[in-house]
Amino acid sequence: MTTINNYVLETIDLCKKYGDLVAVDNLNLKVEEGIVYGLLGPNGAGKTTTILMLLGLTEPTSGQALVNGYDPCRSPLQVKSMVGYLPDNVGFYDEMSGEDNLLYTAALNGVARDEAQRRVKHALKRVGLSHAGHKKVGQYSRGMRQRLGIADVLVKDPKLIIMDEPTLGIDPEGIQELLSFIKDLAKEDGRTILLSSHLLHQIQQVCDKVGILVKGKLIASGTISDLEQQLLSQEEQMELELKAVPWEEKLAGICETIDGVDKISWQNDMLLLECHKDIREDLVRELIASNYCPTHLALRGVSLDSIYLRYFHKEEEYHGKGS
Amino acid sequence: MERAAKWQNTKADLTRIFEANKGLATVVRKEVGDHLSGKRFAILALLVLVTCLGSLYVAASTIRTNVGQDELEFVFLRLFTTSGSSMPFSFLSFISFLGPLVGLTLGFDAINGERDRRTLSRVLSQPIFRDALINGKFLAGVIVISIVVFGLGFLVAGLGLIMTGVPPTLGELARLITYLVLSVIYISFWLALAILCSLLFRQTSTSALAGIAIWLFMAFFLTLLAGMAADGIYPVNDNSDSQQIIANAKTEQMISRISPAYLYSEAVTSIMNPAVRSMGPVLLEQAYGAIKGTLTFSQSLLLIWPQVVCLIAEMLICFAIAYISFMRQEIRA
Repeated sequence: MTTINNYVLETIDLCKKYGDLVAVDNLNLKVEEGIVYGLLGPNGAGKTTTILMLLGLTEPTSGQALVNGYDPCRSPLQVKSMVGYLPDNVGFYDEMSGEDNLLYTAALNGVARDEAQRRVKHALKRVGLSHAGHKKVGQYSRGMRQRLGIADVLVKDPKLIIMDEPTLGIDPEGIQELLSFIKDLAKEDGRTILLSSHLLHQIQQVCDKVGILVKGKLIASGTISDLEQQLLSQEEQMELELKAVPWEEKLAGICETIDGVDKISWQNDMLLLECHKDIREDLVRELIASNYCPTHLALRGVSLDSIYLRYFHKEEEYHGKGS
Repeated sequence: MERAAKWQNTKADLTRIFEANKGLATVVRKEVGDHLSGKRFAILALLVLVTCLGSLYVAASTIRTNVGQDELEFVFLRLFTTSGSSMPFSFLSFISFLGPLVGLTLGFDAINGERDRRTLSRVLSQPIFRDALINGKFLAGVIVISIVVFGLGFLVAGLGLIMTGVPPTLGELARLITYLVLSVIYISFWLALAILCSLLFRQTSTSALAGIAIWLFMAFFLTLLAGMAADGIYPVNDNSDSQQIIANAKTEQMISRISPAYLYSEAVTSIMNPAVRSMGPVLLEQAYGAIKGTLTFSQSLLLIWPQVVCLIAEMLICFAIAYISFMRQEIRA
């Protein structure tokens, strides 16, 4: 069954339940061709489960996933030959060399021997492992394994690459290298890439679009600037961070007098003001008039990490009220 | 025309079968390579080889010293069944003892090992059906077992020929090959069981121990239990009549036959010893007046046929359970 649309990846009310636990809850995910999509969510949000359903390695309880128009449950081979999957903490056969591991993958994909050798050589070169191809994988470092994992995906020459927590356990330099590589894969090779991560700031520079998945639900999806706007417009409540000198208790009293402030709380080394309109101008004037000098004033929710955090908080509040 | 259409059909069927087993050959090739180059297998193969050669030496020398004393029919078969005073085990008993260990060793980490190394999800995300992996692993194991069993069998046969100088008859050769095929089936049962354990237990060490525990139970304790159970159902004392004694013996035998180890030992001792005519209890009056003689190969085969069928069935059931549980298992670690 094929449907004609421009989504490489689409899920329609995808659900997965493990007994009482709902791992993925009516997920409607759409990924256009040629973009890098970041699937974000805390641990246990259902990212890996979603990915496994996309690959047909786990059967959905209800709903449907479509990869390039194919249902992974009904035509698993078509889907699997199109999709390269890099699992989190990718594993290889330690007693075989890196090259042999990749040749095995190529053979499983039905690539002829000569062509396989060419592809393996090329893939190893691309990830910078040409020198280590003959070494046993048991001797590889964590970073090298990850790179071999990418080479393993490249051997398949897939249309869509799915990476599950690719940045996990790699040093910062390695992460930068990996991210620029991912960018290359999307921009130069024109492949579609789905990344999952629980660290937004690590992958925000490469993702064209992100989706935030919490407790199996996609609670926001779109480009990063879309998300910012969505959040700000939705939010009736704003949070301001304030630091000022002199730093003293009386500061709170001054803030209270400003129209629009609902709640004031001390948080570590700053004052957190909850208000229902933008009071930044009034606040600064008032502070200066009272001989205080603001040293830090920021609107929460503007940095992406705080968007992300707030989404989680919102979700928790929502569940807290529900129960 | 009709023939052409038929051929088209067969061709389509073949393509379908081929497609359904995509990747199977690759998996088999890799697994056989892994087994044969692995240290674990090398150690075990060496152990089996040394013990078998030892048993051959003892058998050959026993046969030589006994020349002229016994009637020496089926000298070739005796190479495999004779044990000496210095080594109380024959080739037959070594294979039945060490064979299960080979099977368990080849399979105990088949699936949970892949899980441990985190290769399972990577391999299954390649365009192969899930069963290609487990079928491939089982087939590879069976191939390796066949190589070992036939290699050893023919090695011992060849060396025995040189040592005794008595060539085998056609019947003897047929018996030997039947014996080797039976051994492959028997060891494959333990392979299937080990693969099943590797699916049921996430830890490789647990699955190895579970396999060995089942083997010990089947090989040694089940016969003891069978005796106890039979005594419970049909108590036998000095005054018991023959009916009771026979019922007791039959019950014990039937319970013992649950164990593939027992089935195998019954089957191989009968096929390798043409003088064995019956496997159940025989009354003196039934044996009285019987002419001493041996069975032909086909008659021996007929005698062990139920055992052979049961062994194959037990192996297949074991593998089928493993197969089904693998198809249903979650991939994620």
